Amino acid sequence: MGKGWCLFFLFWPIAAVVSCAMAPWIGWSFPYDNAQAASNLGIRIDGLFYLILIVTAIVFVGTQAAIVYALWRGANNREERADCVHGNHKLELVWSIIPGVILLFLAIYQMNIWADFRIKKFYPEVAVKAPIAEVTARQFEWRFRYPAIGKKLQQKPQPDDLHSVNELHVPFGKPVMIQLRSDDVQHSFFLPALRIKQDALPGLQIPVWFEANKPGTYDLVCAELCGWGHYKMKAHVIVQPEEEYQEYLKTLTEQQFYDGLGKIAATENGSESEATEK
Amino acid sequence: MSVLNPSPTGLQPILKPQAHHAPGNFITKYIFSTDHKVIAIQFLFTTLLMMIVGGALALAVRWQLAFPWESMPIVGPWLFAAEGGQISPEFYTMLFTMHATVMIFLVIIPILAGTFGNFLIPLMIGADDMAFPKLNMLSYWFMWPAIACFGMSFAYAGGPAAGWTSYPILADLPQAAPGSGTAQTYWLLGVTFIGFSSMMGSINYMTTIINMRAPGMTFFRMPMTIWGLFITAILQAFALPVLTAGGFMQVTDRLLGTCFFYPSGLVINNAAPTVGGGQALLWQHLFWFYSHPAVYIMLLPVMGMVSDMLSCMCRKPLFGYKPMVISMSAIASLGFIVWGHHMYTSGMNPAVGMAFMVATMMIALPSAVKTFNWTATIWGGKVQFNTVTLNCIGFLSMFIVGGLSGIFMAAVPVDVYFHDTYFIVAHFHYVLFGATLFGVFAAIQFWFPKMFGRMMNEKLGKTHFVLTFIGANGTFFPMHFLGMQGMPRRYADPYLHGYLEHLLPMNQFMTISAIVMGAAQILLFINIFYSMFWGPKAGRNPWHATTLEWTAPSPPPHGNFDVLPIVFHGPNEYAVHNGDHDFLMQTEKECQPPKPAEADENNDTDNDQEQSS
Ligand code: HEM
Ligand SMILES: [Cu+2]
Ligand SMILES: [Cu+2]
Repeated sequence: MGKGWCLFFLFWPIAAVVSCAMAPWIGWSFPYDNAQAASNLGIRIDGLFYLILIVTAIVFVGTQAAIVYALWRGANNREERADCVHGNHKLELVWSIIPGVILLFLAIYQMNIWADFRIKKFYPEVAVKAPIAEVTARQFEWRFRYPAIGKKLQQKPQPDDLHSVNELHVPFGKPVMIQLRSDDVQHSFFLPALRIKQDALPGLQIPVWFEANKPGTYDLVCAELCGWGHYKMKAHVIVQPEEEYQEYLKTLTEQQFYDGLGKIAATENGSESEATEK
Repeated sequence: MSVLNPSPTGLQPILKPQAHHAPGNFITKYIFSTDHKVIAIQFLFTTLLMMIVGGALALAVRWQLAFPWESMPIVGPWLFAAEGGQISPEFYTMLFTMHATVMIFLVIIPILAGTFGNFLIPLMIGADDMAFPKLNMLSYWFMWPAIACFGMSFAYAGGPAAGWTSYPILADLPQAAPGSGTAQTYWLLGVTFIGFSSMMGSINYMTTIINMRAPGMTFFRMPMTIWGLFITAILQAFALPVLTAGGFMQVTDRLLGTCFFYPSGLVINNAAPTVGGGQALLWQHLFWFYSHPAVYIMLLPVMGMVSDMLSCMCRKPLFGYKPMVISMSAIASLGFIVWGHHMYTSGMNPAVGMAFMVATMMIALPSAVKTFNWTATIWGGKVQFNTVTLNCIGFLSMFIVGGLSGIFMAAVPVDVYFHDTYFIVAHFHYVLFGATLFGVFAAIQFWFPKMFGRMMNEKLGKTHFVLTFIGANGTFFPMHFLGMQGMPRRYADPYLHGYLEHLLPMNQFMTISAIVMGAAQILLFINIFYSMFWGPKAGRNPWHATTLEWTAPSPPPHGNFDVLPIVFHGPNEYAVHNGDHDFLMQTEKECQPPKPAEADENNDTDNDQEQSS
């Protein structure tokens, strides 16, 4: 009777471990090809994840095995009475200090990654100098505002700014920074492939930087409940080589400012001469 | 009852309940009762009823994830005739909001504090009732306005649509979620009412535990259950006012335009730009300052109860009583400084996130210590494989997963990826369903004889456990994989996104498991109602347990104890040589020499007490 129950409690941790071990092979792991993050920072984050996974896997297997073994012994206990022990001071110390040290190590170990990721002082300089676009989340779409070619992103929208919806293009090969804001409620800028997530907070402008390590098209979704259409804030981030990116900006300029006479509509700064129709 | 016994603190005679008379008629006895046992049972049935509601909502959520936009069988055409039986995305939002609301505010918190807190505190510390019986009655009756408010809010089309976390601006401005105008306000009122209910309970529990312990019941002789409930009451009392204040601020934002939580210049749903000056982050701080401690409010009582039950079922003293108490206090006190781990990506200062990260990492330590101590309690025990034990092991086995997944999320960089994905959903279902509910199932089975004087059925109980355990793991374990693949939570249709398309089969598997799990609860209800009337009669102490409630008759009469208990020992004295049994009640002065089987142990206990008092 008791032994059957021990097997029952043994079964599910085994199933859990097996399914976790299988996960990377059958696509249950991180998304996209080979479960690899598409950014170097993402790879470091994954490294931290795998480190924690190893630690927790050992603890998981160890504790589940200990429980089942203790149950097994308990089921077979032919003694009239259980062992009369009230505790063990040494043991308590051992199993407080060892996990304590491990946890403290994990805590300190990850600080670098977090600092590089989010502490402004450590942001890559190239990215900070020229934010590439302002990203505005709204119910239920993403809007992007790029500065005119050759200009810097201004805090306030400029007449010659370029706009796009649900498609953000960024150049490949350098870290880029966006300014994240929201028009209405809270949203969250979630780029699973790059392991980036940042809430868009109404009233704040939050700088977010990232650098993809290979060009490609990545899903951009919203991760903070923003209303009934939360699930359909579908967008893409397209990481492309610098030339293609410039090309894209040009097309965008043309689409937006072509005045029908073969000229780009004038803006105060007289930037019309730079980009004529080909 | 007699006021002759001095309390250990000397305060008892003053704070004794006004020796309320045994209630006469039906209404004062069963409805507006001030007897803690009746109130506990009222809480029990109310929360079980709410569990059915919450479960039904969960199944509807799961239906949408497994068969998106398909008509729900049976209820679909009837509920959503206008949409051809489909669940609309607005309604999906309401479904998961109400599921969480019902489960957290109307099931788990009240079943722990309300049912077990009420029932066990006076019985386990040897008091004849709570310190404030009327307040106790009110704390039950304040649940109903809350239920009414939540119900009304759900009844509005557009309903409460902001999740149980009710984040502004979505929750703060009616135009942000069309139709949510009055509904969200009702929702907030519901939370406020349930907050009053908890607050009255927690003040009562603290007072009772501090002042009304039986002679000899020092703090370090209190059963772990009482420790769990005591610390929970303290957490409630200190954390809840913050949520209540926040809730009022949100209500005034909605009704009076006080703009605590919204800045100016937002254009929402083409309405005029807001005039404000507030900050949405403020709500998150206020909310999580309560709600992180609240997750421990939803766990600590269970940790306590499981400690007592495991020790009894393994016939072995609890391993490391003091470390258990200390780790519980550590969880509670650290619990106040980790709320920021829900806000790593929220836009608060990232440097602060680091501090919260360290605190959160450290809170995993006492949880680990407790797990080791429970395992050591089983080690070398004589394990009785009954429903109580199985559910306790279920608790332990699943709590480990929830605790370990907590470490991933405590790590800030990793949490950036996991935040608001299904990984979080997996984590809190492992702790809240896996740990808390299994603990509650065990506790129902364990204290049922004391509540109703009859035993519950073992076969039904075991079947219920097996199905629930398999169903729960089948439902919640794959959620980790969904989270790893980046599936955000609260999505009505995740398959819209390319990288999530292939997750449909996994979601279908989970939904089927959830249906099995839901169906298994029918067995629990059958078991409870059948056993209430036809279960075998239980004596005073069917489990051969040591704590005070088992010296009272089952069910205990008004006033609880026929002989006032006096306490001589800690709570878990098993594996001793005491006459012919292996346990020493807290009321027994010392072990009897071995003697041939004689009169039953209850009489022994009673005699013992009479001699010593
Ligand atoms: C081992 C200790 C634990 C650690 C380190 C831990 C850590 C965390 C972290 C970091 C989060 C936030 C994740 C995010 O939203 O990104 C979280 C969420 C949560 N935790 Fe825990 N946790 C622990 C134990 C528990 C326990 C015991 C419970 C309840 C009984 C619990 C219930 C919850 C709930 C309900 C949420 C989600 C709230 C929501 O966003 O809706 N956790 N936990
Ligand atoms: Cu959203
Ligand atoms: Cu928390």
